[in-house]
This record gives sequence, C-alpha cells and structure tokens, in this order.
Amino acid sequence: MTSDITSRRDAAAVPPIRDTAARRGSTFLTAHPRARLWLLLSAPLTWLVVVYIVALVALLITAFWKVDSFTGEIQIDWTLDNIVTVVTGSLYHVVTLRTLGVALAVTIIDIALALPIAFYMAKVASPRLQRILVIAVLMPLWASYLVKVYAWRSVLSGEGILQWVLNPFGIEGPGYGITATIITLSYLWLPYVILPIYAGLERVPDSLIEASSDLGAKSWSSIRLIVFPMILPAIIAGSIFSFCLSLGDYITVNIVGGASQMLGNLVYTNVGTANNLPLAAAVALIPIVIIFGYLFTVRRTGALDNL
Amino acid sequence: MKLSRVSRGVLASATGVVLFLVYVPLMVVLVNSFSTSQSLSWPPPGFTLEWWAKAFQSQGALEAVGTSVQVGIIATAVALILGTAISFALQRFEFFGRDAVSLLVILPIALPGIITGIALNNFFRTILGVPLSIWTVVIAHATFCVVTVFNNVIARLRRMGTSLEEASADLGAGVWTTFRLITFPQLRSALFAGGLLAFALSFDEIIVTTFTAGVGVTTLPIFILDNMFRPAQAPIVSVIAVVMILVSIVPIWVAQRLAGNEKVVR
Repeated sequence: MTSDITSRRDAAAVPPIRDTAARRGSTFLTAHPRARLWLLLSAPLTWLVVVYIVALVALLITAFWKVDSFTGEIQIDWTLDNIVTVVTGSLYHVVTLRTLGVALAVTIIDIALALPIAFYMAKVASPRLQRILVIAVLMPLWASYLVKVYAWRSVLSGEGILQWVLNPFGIEGPGYGITATIITLSYLWLPYVILPIYAGLERVPDSLIEASSDLGAKSWSSIRLIVFPMILPAIIAGSIFSFCLSLGDYITVNIVGGASQMLGNLVYTNVGTANNLPLAAAVALIPIVIIFGYLFTVRRTGALDNL
Repeated sequence: MKLSRVSRGVLASATGVVLFLVYVPLMVVLVNSFSTSQSLSWPPPGFTLEWWAKAFQSQGALEAVGTSVQVGIIATAVALILGTAISFALQRFEFFGRDAVSLLVILPIALPGIITGIALNNFFRTILGVPLSIWTVVIAHATFCVVTVFNNVIARLRRMGTSLEEASADLGAGVWTTFRLITFPQLRSALFAGGLLAFALSFDEIIVTTFTAGVGVTTLPIFILDNMFRPAQAPIVSVIAVVMILVSIVPIWVAQRLAGNEKVVR
C-alpha cells in the first residue's frame, strides 16, 4: 500500500516544463490576447463572409443586371428595370399582399393557440405533467418538415379524413388552396411559437401573481396587467419565427396550396423555368426588406433576446 | 397560480384539443402507410404490409438515407468547429464589430431558405465556376448549421465563467492542456446538444438543398419530394414518414436526458 502512495505522489509531481513548439505557441497566445482572438475568428469569419456574404451581395447586385432575351445569359448591364417591374407590376402587388396576409394570419393563429397551452404548461400543470407536455410539444418539431406537410396533404385531400368528418354535416372541406396553406403553415410553426412563450411565462415569478391577487385583482386582471406585459417580448419572439418562416416558404404552397402562389414561388419560377436570375433577385428583395423592417421594429421590445 | 375550477378546465381542454390536432395528421400518415389505397383516401379501404416491404427494398430510399447521413455528419463536424470558435471569440473578447459578427451567424438561418439557396447556387456555378455536387450541399448546410452550435456553446460559456480556466493556467497548464482537461469537459454536453440540432437541421433541409445539390445527389427530403406526387410511390413516402417520426424519438429522448440534470425552478 505504502509503495502505491509514493508512486502516486511521484506521478503528481509537477514535471519540468519542456520547451516544445506547443508550449511556445501556448506562451505566445497567453501573452497576446489579440492573437488568440484572431486565431478564433479567422476560420469562421472567412467561411461566413466568403461563402455567405459574398454570395448574398452577388445575388443582390444581380438584381441590377439583366438577361439577354436571345441567349438567356446574364448581361452585366446596369439597369433598374427589374426593380421597377417588381415595384410596379400588379402581379407582384397581389402576391406580396397575399404572402403578407398568409404570414400575418399564421402568426395570429399560432399566438392564439400557443397562449393557453403555454400558460397551462407553465403555471397550472404539475411538474410531472409539465415535463410530459414539453415533450409532447417538442416531438412534432423533430418530425421532418416534409412529413408534416405531407400529413396535411393526406388530411385535406378530397377523400381525406377531414372531408370524411365533415361529410355527415354536409360541409365542404377547404381542399387545397390558400386556407390549406394557412392551416399547414400554422401547424408547422406552432411549436416554435409555444416554446418562447412558455419560457417567458416560466420567468414570471408566481409570487408576483400572488401579490396581485392579494391586492384584490381578479385572475383576469392579473393576467392582463401583470403577466401579459412581462411576456410580450416572448410573444414577439415567437411571432418572428412564424412570420419570417411563412414569408419565404414555397414548398408548402406547392404541396397543399393548389394554384395560389406566394413570393417564394415567384422567386422559384424565375430561377427555374424562366431562367431569369436578375428578376428573381429583385423579387427576393421584397421578403428581405419586410423581414429587416420587422426585425428593426421589434428590436426595441427586447424580443431578439428571447429567441 | 390560483384559478377557478372552470378556467383550469377550459385551459386544460384547450391544451388537450391543440395537442390532439397536432397528433391527428401524424396518426393519419401512420394509418395510410398500411392502407391499400394509393390516393390517401379515408377511411382506408383495406390494410396491407406491401408498402413497408417495398420501402425497405427501395434502392432509391436507402441511398437517399445514406446521402443525408453523410451530408449531415460532415456539415455538423464543420459547424461544430466554426460555431465553437466563434462562440469563444464573442463571449471572451470585446472587439469592434462584435454585434455585426453575431448578426452574421444568425443571418443564414434568418433569411428565407430560397434566398440562401439561389444566392449559393449563383455563387458556386457563376462566380466560382464549380459544378454542383454533394460538397456544395455540405458547404451550404454547414453555413446555416453554425448557428445551432453557436447558440448552445455561447449559453454554456456564459454560465461557465473563466475562474476554473484561470486556476488551471495558474497551476502551470498551457492553453492546450487547459482546453483539453478543463474547458472541453465542461462544454461536452453543449457541443453534443448543438451538434444534434445541427444534424437534425441538415437532415431535414429541403429548400437550400434543392438549389445546391448536383445531378444525382438525392438527400432524403429530395427523395420524398420527388416521390410524393407519384401515385405508385406515395404510400412508400408514408412509410418513410412514419420511420422518420419514430427515429425522431431518439434525439428527443437524448435531449430530455441532457436537460433532466437541470432542475425546474418556478
């Protein structure tokens, strides 16, 4: 036993510092925090700037070029034609308004559904039930996007389960179209809206609500005057997900949207079938401007820290 | 919170109804995968195991799973390295343009997928003159996966503080030794969670993939989209959907195990 202890003490003794390349590098980095910073930043910054920013800026510049109508090749010929087309064309007005309408409807539906469920999870359910509910809400989040859209395609099909349920009442189901798009998008983004609101409600201390009711407030007044102002940034954080994700979507519209188009579809057809990248880039500017405008407006509410 | 029995009941039933509506479509897909009907008709006219047998023999489906796993693993590895480095830089240093860098990390996921998609497509083909392949998909996926790793690691770094690392340095450990023995073990579960999310994000991505995949590169989402509208293949898509839902239980279980160590405080 004794020998064991001595050998361990020997092993624990501080070894002499060897002058290796690694050691010298380490010494240099310890003495130069700026070098440490550049070592950390160089790889990810190079990647993100070279791959992403260059690509994005190149795309936006393309919006000011045009396509040769004979060869279909992009000509470097500075023009505002694409922007003018997008700003003045009635097709783009209709589709932009439709896309905005869908994104707003989805956001309102999701917040309306998320508020009671998040409140029940955070403030009413027992800790055990709470854990089960969190899993139940998270689970569809991991299911594939396409799987969920496909599921709604089956549900909403003319011979699907929804029509089967509605048949006895003599009601016609929505079929594939704009309503189907709103339903499916609301379904897709619901967990993204529930989670921030739930997290926001978790941060509201119960003692504050109790104090409010001790001072004579009815539960509804407590919710309206105490809870709601505190979770507003969380609600807006949830709305960022549902709004921005709906704004750029085109696959859901393709699968359940019937003939109606959204901005994403216009971008897609201009790149694909029309082979007009400059016009596609100009159309893509619409959601970019809307998203930046929205983020800028909600920035002051502190919602961005709740994402 | 004290609520009347009626309002508790209303809240509980609202929660129940919403959860019911969330799970009905998934159940319909499950039942459809056994249905003899190819046109998604309800109620199913009869039941069969034909599609399940066909799906597991479908060469296209199996190859698509392989491609998706390959892309997911490489993109996650890249995102882990880049995301960790950038989290350290932003959390441990003050420098000019720090806010711009954090916006830069979020941007690829904040802008619509179709914009990222056509921008990268244009970048690879026109600017670089590189033909699209599996590698262009990997590069695109890694770019938007960085943010999931970044979110997890930076949250962990904020809670960790630097005192343990300083103690290690005071005791004579170099930068590498401190990272290997002190920093990394504390980061491990955050890296795992971030990596898992990054993999899931890559595995499920369809829009950017459509624009960056070369001819013949078929990831699972591309395979599903291609086959969804073919009547003969649609039931196989149902089977793949069910398998994907079942497989998705694994990451949820792991994530819960990781989160289970943290106490729920009200």
